[in-house]
Amino acid sequence: MSSTVSSTMSAALADDRMAQATQLQLTWWRFCRHKLALVSLGVVALFYLIAIFADFLAIADPHATDARRSYVPPQGIHLFDDGAFSPHVSGLKGMRDMKTFKLSYVPDPSRKLPITFFAHGYSYDLFGLIPTDRHILGIAGGQPVDGIFLLGTDQLGRDLFSRLMVATRISLVIGLAGVSLSLLLGVMLGGISGLYGGIVDTLIQRVIEVVRSIPTIPLWMGLAAALPNTWSVTQVYFAITIIISLVGWTELARVVRGRFLALREEDFVIAAELAGASQLRIILRHMLPSFASHVIAATSLALPAMIVSETSLSFLGLGLRPPAISWGILLQDAQNVQVLAGAPWLLCAAIPVILVILAFNFLGDGLRDAADPYG
Amino acid sequence: MVEQVMTNPGAIESGGHMLSVRDLAVEFGQDRGSVRALDGISLDLRAGRVLGVVGESGCGKSVTARAILGILDRPGRLVGGRVLLDPGTSAEQNLAALDPNGAALRAVRGGRIGLIFQEPMTALSVHYTVGNQIIEAIRAHKTLSKAAARAATVELLREVGIPRPELRIDAYPFQLSGGLRQRVGIAMALACAPDILIADEPTTALDVTTQAQILALLRRLQRDKGIALMLITHDMGVIAQMADDVAVMYLGRIVEFAPVRRLFAAPRHPYTRALLRSVPDIRAVPRARLATIGGTVPHPGARPTGCAFHPRCQEMIAGRCETTAPSPVPAGLEGASCFHAESVVQEAVV
Amino acid sequence: MLNYLARRLVLALITCAAISVLTFVIIRLPPGDFVDAYIANLASNGSMVSAEQAVAMRHEYGLDRPVVVQYALWMGRVVRGDFGVSMMWRRPVTEVIGDRLWLTMAISVSALFLTWTIALPIGIYSAVRQYSIGDYIATLLGFMGLAIPNFLLALILMYAGFRYLGLSVGGLFSSDYAQEAWSLAKFWDLMKHIPLPACVLALAGTAQLIRIMRANLLDELRKPYVVSARAKGLSELHVVLKYPVRAALNPFASSIAYLFPYLVSGSIIVSLVLGLPTVGPLLLQALVAQDMFLAGTIVLLLGIMTVIGTLISDLLLMWIEPRIRLRGRA
Repeated sequence: MSSTVSSTMSAALADDRMAQATQLQLTWWRFCRHKLALVSLGVVALFYLIAIFADFLAIADPHATDARRSYVPPQGIHLFDDGAFSPHVSGLKGMRDMKTFKLSYVPDPSRKLPITFFAHGYSYDLFGLIPTDRHILGIAGGQPVDGIFLLGTDQLGRDLFSRLMVATRISLVIGLAGVSLSLLLGVMLGGISGLYGGIVDTLIQRVIEVVRSIPTIPLWMGLAAALPNTWSVTQVYFAITIIISLVGWTELARVVRGRFLALREEDFVIAAELAGASQLRIILRHMLPSFASHVIAATSLALPAMIVSETSLSFLGLGLRPPAISWGILLQDAQNVQVLAGAPWLLCAAIPVILVILAFNFLGDGLRDAADPYG
Repeated sequence: MVEQVMTNPGAIESGGHMLSVRDLAVEFGQDRGSVRALDGISLDLRAGRVLGVVGESGCGKSVTARAILGILDRPGRLVGGRVLLDPGTSAEQNLAALDPNGAALRAVRGGRIGLIFQEPMTALSVHYTVGNQIIEAIRAHKTLSKAAARAATVELLREVGIPRPELRIDAYPFQLSGGLRQRVGIAMALACAPDILIADEPTTALDVTTQAQILALLRRLQRDKGIALMLITHDMGVIAQMADDVAVMYLGRIVEFAPVRRLFAAPRHPYTRALLRSVPDIRAVPRARLATIGGTVPHPGARPTGCAFHPRCQEMIAGRCETTAPSPVPAGLEGASCFHAESVVQEAVV
Repeated sequence: MLNYLARRLVLALITCAAISVLTFVIIRLPPGDFVDAYIANLASNGSMVSAEQAVAMRHEYGLDRPVVVQYALWMGRVVRGDFGVSMMWRRPVTEVIGDRLWLTMAISVSALFLTWTIALPIGIYSAVRQYSIGDYIATLLGFMGLAIPNFLLALILMYAGFRYLGLSVGGLFSSDYAQEAWSLAKFWDLMKHIPLPACVLALAGTAQLIRIMRANLLDELRKPYVVSARAKGLSELHVVLKYPVRAALNPFASSIAYLFPYLVSGSIIVSLVLGLPTVGPLLLQALVAQDMFLAGTIVLLLGIMTVIGTLISDLLLMWIEPRIRLRGRA
């Protein structure tokens, strides 16, 4: 009986809390009910942390090549040595294949290289500001060929783990930049379309239809191939961002327009109009808060598409160009089945791609449900 | 069994029991435990009589109708009680025990029991003509040729007062007015000449004049065909005009049952009295405030202890109503589930 | 209905025109032209091309005329079915493309049908049996389709096939038939090879459509007309298929219109991974070599084929979806 009373009480308290909450708080509470979306938020946050601390997490210089350690398989870290805690990795030794007479470097368990934390390595600027050479892991001593190869090395002997860390930064940032541009275009055109209606709306809607009925990959390929070879990595970077956002804005524009059209008919907007509020005030004060969450959700759903676009283009060799490192560029090395059969660890760049796409999709779904529980 | 007093002078002789609902219980499974939407509902539908079921929104009126037909929406589910069709006869069936998707219950739906909906626009699919949807209802139960079913549909439409039915049969629902759509809804419910009709707020979505016409139509059809009608409404005016007997529902329970005259003349339950007070009266003192029932209907998941109505009751007995629930209205008997009314119940039984 | 048809046709024509302009602009975007690329290519092999020779080549290909004139000349010839000569292969573009365009379309159309036939029943099942094991499996598959870009899926499948089954998964023909002329046997060989790339291509679209169908149908299943259909005593299957599925098809249908361009797009990159003899690998080569006529023709033809495919699926929809017909009538 008392439990019923307390549940009545808590329901009443919840009602009070609900009544006083802002739109944003309500959305957040509804969002928190989606466990999967919450986990995804954590995954996304983790990935962006990696992006921020990419250089710190990288163990070796991602550009440093050493032909001797070509295609070294992933190495485990041994935590104990003779029962005592002493994390170490094995050194590499040259072995000649008796059939092909090819010299290759393989782990040599007899040489133990102790791991040090916050080790000195290549120099970089933390947050682009603080010059440092500290890295999360390093080894003490050893020969130049040695290193910690958590995910193995590529053909040129570059450490894949370090490259993956740096690639994460570039791929995530390019997705974010692309989606920002798309958002700008989408919100502007969608807003104009929904706000003014009539001929402007029709025109923008037709443009969207035309853009959506063009197969995008040949289009991107064409645009990306048109970038001059002489452009610097940064120039290509920006150009690719613009290219992938050129196609991505249509969905955002559609969402914004739809919300605008729906909200224009809402009683509270009409009431504000009748009360003599200016159009700008109505948009900023009344309409924006009620569709901001929709736009955030749509953005979160558009982000993975951007990341896949960049990855696809770079994979084809038409996107970012080496020495830039992105997931697509890492996967480019995995294009050949023969190579892949010998060094399957080259496929590891696929894992963050899949994880990030999934996380953003779950996040977007959760946000969308939270933003619009009835829609 | 207590002999019911004939209260509605216009009513034709009342026949036997067509449908007896006993202790019907429905739960809606939700995230945190389940919520009991219906808690021991007992009702009797009798040939040629109109049972009015009245209560505020959310009290379980529509759930009762759906539970009887076995068409509860998920996550709702029947957790107890019996729904007896033709009780006491050799053909008695307990609908609650039948497979909701089985042929036996489907033969009852539409065949024996027709259902009329509140919103004829949403209750009809916009994708098919009204003729298509009625013909389908006929052919679900009778083996008739398409042409014969179509002819029968035209007749049905004519019977419910749709002008030029041979043309309207090919109209889509959105091409008809609200009143005509509800007539189509009634025709659809009558398609297989059921002897029991459940009308779930049939006039709520209509304007006042149309409302009167639809009620008159329902009344005429019910009398002509001797149908047992269960009329669900929140409108005491509709109850006064249509019902022979009235069941008042509150939070998934029947709190009072009485013939309509007695209910209006001497309501036993404070909730019934409050409902009656909140009906606008043309003879009321000008500019007098219309009485309302204080508070709101609690969420079924936060059901108050004791008598569920006690937080809103003006006649609450402190120390008793909030701890102990009054005994329910006995099935088929006149009375109220209230400590104030228990003595009255005894009188009625004696 | 005629109104709708006319609108669709006009839109298709505008889209084609837009594609042709875009294609031409893309090809003209890079500084330098084919001759520059050609000279650079020769130079890397040790041969030199004199300035006069370069001018002559530019004149031969019309590269010295204003851009607008070049576009007009190109379009004039395209309309007559003359797509020019591939500068890289020194053969007519149509000859270089050959069967590749049709193979591209064959794969995309197979993927389209696969998507429809898989997504519709699974979407219906998932909604009707919400939260059942089948629904969870479908949802999981859906998320996989959503999360794995098709070129990655192709890559993983190819690796798995090579590593664990010892087969090479790529290609559209067995080696016996690759160079053969078309015959019934070769066609049958193609039919045996098409399912894998079609499945790879269809996965993402199927996942998307299942989600759309499931969400729409769940909305529709809650509506009163479903209850009223049940109250008539119809069987559950009849109720679901006749009423809510019909209603849920409408938004499902409009998303199909955008599926075909997406599939054609995907086929390009999947072809590159799986080594399919479609226009994909050819387009990449042509773009890298800045072979203007070849790349332009491929992008243009792909675009136009896509528009036609979308138009056909639109017309099909109009035929099955009465609301569009009615809208025209009202």
